[in-house]
Amino acid sequence: MSEPIIEVDHVSMKFNLSSEKVDNFKEYFVKRIKNSIKQDEFWALNDINFKMNRGESVALIGLNGCGKSTLLKTIAGVLKPTKGKVTVRGTLAPLIELGAGFDMDLTARENVFLNGAILGYSRSTMKEFYDGIVDFSELGEFMDVPIKNFSSGMLARLAFAIATIGTPDILIVDEVLSVGDFRFQEKCEKRIQSMMKKDTSLLFVSHSMEQVQNICQRAIWIEKGSVVEDGLSAEVGERYKNAYNPC
Amino acid sequence: MKQYLSNYERFRPLLYELVARDVKIKYRKSALGVLWTLLNPLMMMAILSIVFSNLFRFDIENYSLYLLAGQIIFNFYNESTSGAMTAILGNAALIKKVYIPKYLFVVSRITSSGINILSSFCALILVMIFTRSELHWTIFLAIIPLTYLFVFSLGIGLILAALTVRFRDVIHLYSVFVTALMYLTPVIYSISMLPNWVQFIVKLNPLTGILTIFRNVVIYNTIPSLLVSGATVIAALGIGIWVFYKQQDSFILNL
Repeated sequence: MSEPIIEVDHVSMKFNLSSEKVDNFKEYFVKRIKNSIKQDEFWALNDINFKMNRGESVALIGLNGCGKSTLLKTIAGVLKPTKGKVTVRGTLAPLIELGAGFDMDLTARENVFLNGAILGYSRSTMKEFYDGIVDFSELGEFMDVPIKNFSSGMLARLAFAIATIGTPDILIVDEVLSVGDFRFQEKCEKRIQSMMKKDTSLLFVSHSMEQVQNICQRAIWIEKGSVVEDGLSAEVGERYKNAYNPC
Repeated sequence: MKQYLSNYERFRPLLYELVARDVKIKYRKSALGVLWTLLNPLMMMAILSIVFSNLFRFDIENYSLYLLAGQIIFNFYNESTSGAMTAILGNAALIKKVYIPKYLFVVSRITSSGINILSSFCALILVMIFTRSELHWTIFLAIIPLTYLFVFSLGIGLILAALTVRFRDVIHLYSVFVTALMYLTPVIYSISMLPNWVQFIVKLNPLTGILTIFRNVVIYNTIPSLLVSGATVIAALGIGIWVFYKQQDSFILNL
């Protein structure tokens, strides 16, 4: 058996609560002298431990603020864990927040190349993908418009189309499917499923159990930064739903 | 080390895109566009040389050229480091969401200022032709002080970018500092006009060394010693990388 594609090894993540954020000299020195830079700690992740194999599709479920997005960010390399280690063997396509790399002053066409570069694709590679992106996002006539004039749905379509080009080894999807109309959501789901057929692993976050059970085989239930349960999405999803549903 | 290089290779297209974006946005919707990078230093030179050659009667041969050379060097330093200072802050949205080597933002700001300095350099050559000054072969050596300047600004830019994330005060403080620095660099005056003790201070400024080399090879057809400036520049870069590297993992927590 091959090595796991993502290895999350006893990862913990500490934040200092921002009520005490010191970002100017005066405060810093005053606090330094008083020795009161208060370490109001908050552990967003607590000793998370799991492995994900190539081709697997895993959903992370849990209430708001339980640490799902923080976990995704440590996997994507945006955050460095306070303790523990994350190993990723392969290329990542993070759909953590759609359109993170957009520059509102540039046109859609220019943004395609900018975002492609953020994902690590060169200009010539992006030229090959360009038609596919225009096609998928259905924005053909708007490609030369600065995207500050776009609606949020149009932005989401463009962002999704760019983020899912090529065949990344791992696709990270964080609640982005909740944007756009139902027709586009279906299209996105299809795109994700066709990518999974090409051996792309999927890490998926959603609050819709229906989507989770549709798309993923395995689910990890997280609560207050710790793993509660890790197993088949159908079973874990059911128990998760019952736990928060008194009736 | 190898890992760093392959990482850089992967993100090189991004560097190109970031620089292109900076340049595009800067001149979007201006009728003359990139031509401004040529016109701007020329106009500034015209104003300053009228003011200083009539008002203060500086006795410097071909003052416009002398002034323009100084301006090119100083403006690049000012523009690139001020840009680099907010590079991390300004791209917070991106840094919080995708993994990108963070130094790339600093490098891109410095590089886009570098494009400006090239066209300012064309302005300088135009002035040289227009004032019928001799063009010497040593002008090709201008690449050396310009490289020094680039590396020096990169080092300072890295330090500033890292500090600004921690303390926003740096932004306000730095604009004052730059004004002081301008008077401590022989841009509008010549160093020999100063009393001895001021000369000493002015010579401590690394920009003075770089500017002196630049003027020597471009205007005076001499090749000065490159060693002291070179060492200063490398030290600045070294400190810059060290500070930035130490700080970069905590950027996201302070953005």
